This record gives sequence, C-alpha cells and structure tokens, in this order.
Amino acid sequence: MGAVDSGRLRPSHTFPAHVLAEIHRAADEGVYEIRGFGTKRPLPGFDDLVFLGASMSRYPLEGYRERCDTGVMLGTRFASKPVHLKIPITIAGMSFGALGANAKEAIGRACTAMGTSSTTGDGGMTEEERQSSETLVYQVLPSRYGMNPDDLRRSDAIEIVVGQGAKPGGGGVLLGQKITERVARMRDLPEGIDQRSACRHPDWTGPDDLAIKIQELREITGWEKPIYVKIGASRPTYDAALAVKAGADVIVLDGMQGGTAATQDVFIENVGIPTLPALRQAVEALQALDVHREVQLIVSGGIRSGADVAKALALGADAVSIGSAAMVALGCNKAVYVEDYQAIGTEPGYCHHCHTGRCPVGVTTQDPELEARLRPEQGARWLRNYLTAMVLELQTIARANGKSHVLNLEPEDLAALTVEAAAMAGIPLAGTDWIPGRG
Amino acid sequence: MNTVDLAATGVRELNRRLRHASDDPSALSWLVTNPKGAHAIAAGLTHPVRIQIDGHVGYYCAGMNQAAAVTIDGHCGTGVAENIMSGLVRVRGNASQSAGASGHGGLLVIEGNAGPRCGISMKGVDIVVGGKAGHMSGFMAQSGNLVVCGDAGHDLGDSVYEAVIYVGGSPASLGADCVEKDMTPKHRSRLRGLLSRAGIEIDPERFRRFGSARKLYHFHVDHADAY
Repeated sequence: MGAVDSGRLRPSHTFPAHVLAEIHRAADEGVYEIRGFGTKRPLPGFDDLVFLGASMSRYPLEGYRERCDTGVMLGTRFASKPVHLKIPITIAGMSFGALGANAKEAIGRACTAMGTSSTTGDGGMTEEERQSSETLVYQVLPSRYGMNPDDLRRSDAIEIVVGQGAKPGGGGVLLGQKITERVARMRDLPEGIDQRSACRHPDWTGPDDLAIKIQELREITGWEKPIYVKIGASRPTYDAALAVKAGADVIVLDGMQGGTAATQDVFIENVGIPTLPALRQAVEALQALDVHREVQLIVSGGIRSGADVAKALALGADAVSIGSAAMVALGCNKAVYVEDYQAIGTEPGYCHHCHTGRCPVGVTTQDPELEARLRPEQGARWLRNYLTAMVLELQTIARANGKSHVLNLEPEDLAALTVEAAAMAGIPLAGTDWIPGRG
Repeated sequence: MNTVDLAATGVRELNRRLRHASDDPSALSWLVTNPKGAHAIAAGLTHPVRIQIDGHVGYYCAGMNQAAAVTIDGHCGTGVAENIMSGLVRVRGNASQSAGASGHGGLLVIEGNAGPRCGISMKGVDIVVGGKAGHMSGFMAQSGNLVVCGDAGHDLGDSVYEAVIYVGGSPASLGADCVEKDMTPKHRSRLRGLLSRAGIEIDPERFRRFGSARKLYHFHVDHADAY
C-alpha cells in the first residue's frame, strides 16, 4: 500500500480523537468514565480578566516598601472563636483516602508555616493532619464517613459540604483499589470495595433543616467554631442567600473548574457553572442581604496563581481555596517517573488518574511504595514555596492598583477581555463601559 | 436529680450545664421538662449522665451522644441520636425520619414507630424499633444492627453494606442489593440479646434477616439498572 496523503486526513470537529476513544472505551466497558482532576474543556475564567493598574487618577504603592496586608478573619458572624488567616489562600477539603497520609501531612505543615488553614475531607480527620495543621477545618459531609464529635470539637472550624464544583448534585466515589485497611477502618466499610459517598445528607434536606443542623453543631461545639457551608456552583444567587438564612458564618463556593479525586467525566464536564459567574452571583446575593464581608466568601475552582487570587478578591471574595493547584505543587503531573505514568495509560501533563490509586508521584495513592515518593518535609517545602509565590504575586497586583490591603481590590480595578467574561463577571469589556446584559 | 424547665431556661443553657456535668458528681441525673419540640436538646453529651426528658422534642435530640443515657418520654423530630457514638437513647413514643442516622455505636431504642430512613448510613450503632419503620430504612447502612419489630416500609436496606437488618413483620419491598438471608442460630442469639438490651419482649422466632447481596460492591455492567 502506498503512503496516505496527510492532507486528505480531515479530522471531525464533532468526533475528535478523544471523543472517538471514549466511545470505543464505553463500548468495551459499558460504564461511564470515572476520573480525577477537574474540567478539561475550555471555560471563561480569570485569564479573561485583566487589572487596569495605576494611572493619573490612581497611584500605586511602592513594592517592597509600603505595606500590603493579606490577613483575613473568617467566621465573625456568630462564632466566638473566628479563624484568623495570615494569607487569603486556604487549602480545600481533600480526603485521606483520595490523598495519602504523606500528602495530607505535607499540606498541614505548609499551611501551618504560612498561617493558613487546611481542610479534612470525606473519611474524617487523621492524626497526622491534626498534628501538622495549626488551623484545621473539619468537613461534615453527606457520607459522614469518620464523623466523630471529638474531632468536631478539636477542629478550628466546621464546613458543611452541600456540594462540590466538580459535581454539584453528586456524591463521591472511591474505587476499591484505594481502599486499604486503614481507609476502610476509618469509613466503617469493607476493604477493597468501590465506595460510594451519598449525595445528600442523611438527616437534613433544605435550608430550613440546615438551620437546625447548624444549631446542633453549634450546641455540640459550644458556639465556638465558625461554620462554613460549601456549595457547588449551580444556583449561587439562591444558594448563597439560603446559606446566610440558615446561619452560615462563611460560604465556600466551588466553581465548575474545581477538582475531584474520582467522579464521572460526564459530571465534571457538564454539570455546574464556571467560577467566574458564580462568584459574581454569590457576591450580589450577599450584597442584596447587606451581609457582604459580614458573611465571608471563600471561592475555589481553577485558582492557580496570585493573579487569580487577586481577581477573585477584586470580584468580592474574602479568600480563595485551592485543591488541584496544591496537588500540582506537591508534584502532580510532574515529569518524573514517566514510565509509571505510561503504565496507567497517560503522560505527565495529562494525568487525571487519581482514581486508580497509582499516582506516580505519591500524592493520590495509598500504595506504600508510591507514597514514599512524597516525603512530607519536601512536599511541605514545595507547597510553602508555591503559596509564598502566590502571595507575592497577589501583593504585586494589589500594590499596582494602589491597595494597602488585598481585600481593598475592587471590581473597578478590572477589565474584561471577552464579551463572555464581561457578561459573566459583570466587568466592563476592556476599552468600553459596556457590561453585556446591563444596557 | 437536677431539674431544668425549658420554659424558663433555653436549650443553649441546658446543654452548657450538661456539658459541664462531669465536673460535679451530684449532677449525674437530670430531668428536663417542657421541651415543647425544641431542637438539639442534650446534643453532644460526653459523659455517663442520665437524662429524662418529659415531653416531645424537635430535631437532633441526643445528637452525637457519647456515654450518656437519654430517655425521651414523648415523640421525636428528625434525626434523634444522629451519629450516636455510645450510650443509650430511648424514645418512649415515635421518632421521625433519620433516627440514628450514621450512628457509630451505642443503642437507640424507639418503643413506638420510626419514620423513613431509620438507620440511614448507620456505622455500628444498634437500633431497635418496637413498632414499624418507614421507607428506605437502613439505606446505605454500613454496619451495626437494625431491628424492626413490626413492618418495614418500601425499599428496606437499599444499597446496604454490612449492616444486619431484622424484621419481625414484613417489609413492603426490598431496596437495591438487599436480600433475605438465613436466620441462623448465631443471628437468632444476637437478636435475642438486642431485644433484651432494648427491654422489648417479642418472640425472636418471628423475625427474618436481611442484608447485602454484595452485588454492587464493584461495578458490573449487568447490574447497571441498580445504580
């Protein structure tokens, strides 16, 4: 046979290579694809916004000379012991089970060094993360795996998880290959089975019930702990308002770009809305109730840099939360142990195989040999460095916009580069005063 | 006996006093009057105090109980003894939905009927219902024992893991992956012990046992209609 003329090989836009491969896989296996990480499709995001910087009418602060503070208080509404963070970047809830113990410990150490908080996840609190984390947020999830009132009381804040950006309306999955004896024991389940986490809480439905649930948690913890309510970005206008009504101290809003350890790909790519419009809607809901800044807002989902943090704060968030980016700082998708990436059918830079438990860099695994590749001390150093760099970037932008505190960043410091971002974020298209949908 | 009248003292003050009861040896026995449906009464107890509540309570009474013995002489709202870790919670009347939800240990006795989702996500608690239990009871129940002396509603034990369910009457229907299993002498003996601890007199011979078929423990395309 002769060589094929490559000019005649016209790919289908509707059926590109990855779609063809997925159909072939589904035909072989008869089940949806389950994977980790977050959305891979292009979405309007923080890259579609820019800061205006200083000008004749706005003067900047001198970098490295004039102060630009970064501290933030969370939970000032009802809790007698609100949480003070030195930086407005927290680490999102990621379970022991999804992550290995070394990764959890590394995160705790880095957060302690940076004066910020880390968060437990499905499966409960490990001793390693409690010991390594000065400020630890304890998640109350629908599954209630590992739910323990003693841990509730020794936490620094409580986060009731209603939803997650990667899968609003869906429960979690932890496949059998990650269910070691310790993970199974913490969750009161047999080893090696595919664990499903419930999508709804077992003892409340709706905001009226949630208000009573929050009351119960406050009673159990002596009204000391800030209570966060985490929502996936679906209807933030209503969800934020209802969380306020239910008595939340803090709202955690997780956009569609938020990551997951294992969820159906169809869920990750097709349910929920991006962080950009969700953030604007939540802020507007808080402002309408006159509780913006009184009820703090933490935003997550696709935060990667100090610029992203600055844009989220300018749009009205009080802090951000990172999950996937923290894992990347710990080595996720790094070009090392390449043969182990290939063994699970991927390459560095493309890996979303958290669900397999075969993480080549030892972050999302329970395998002792793989987990040993991530030493807690080294991981903590990497994450600390990354957070430090993000804070420096954030301060650089804040100073350039003349702000002595990062929370002074505001929407008028921003311009949008695309019509879509302008509409979603409520920010004028650059070079105009036009916000689509507002005349 | 220490008496707290909730018509005069709020739940927050009651719970504060109960939390500090371990500091006072004379404060091991409590009577709570006029609960009138208040929520979170006696939630989060950590010590072996004895509490009698005279009247009906709202949501989450004795939630996350540890070591305490709480008796409710009335009916209960949603989530009585949710996430109970140890101790004993006894309801003389009926309990609303999600009784004993995600409970890890201890014993919950409901002498009347239980609403839907009794024992949902239970993780080691023992629950004995003297009357009937509502639909979806034992949903995703992981471990422990759920005893229903009367009938059980639809979808009993849906997606149950390793919890054991005993029913003295009849289940309206079984949920996904829940099947009837042999009532062995070992299980009959365990049931007798549970009923004895609960103080409920009923012939163990009339009970049937239900549990997981374990077909959903790993995905299989031929079971897709159960997901």
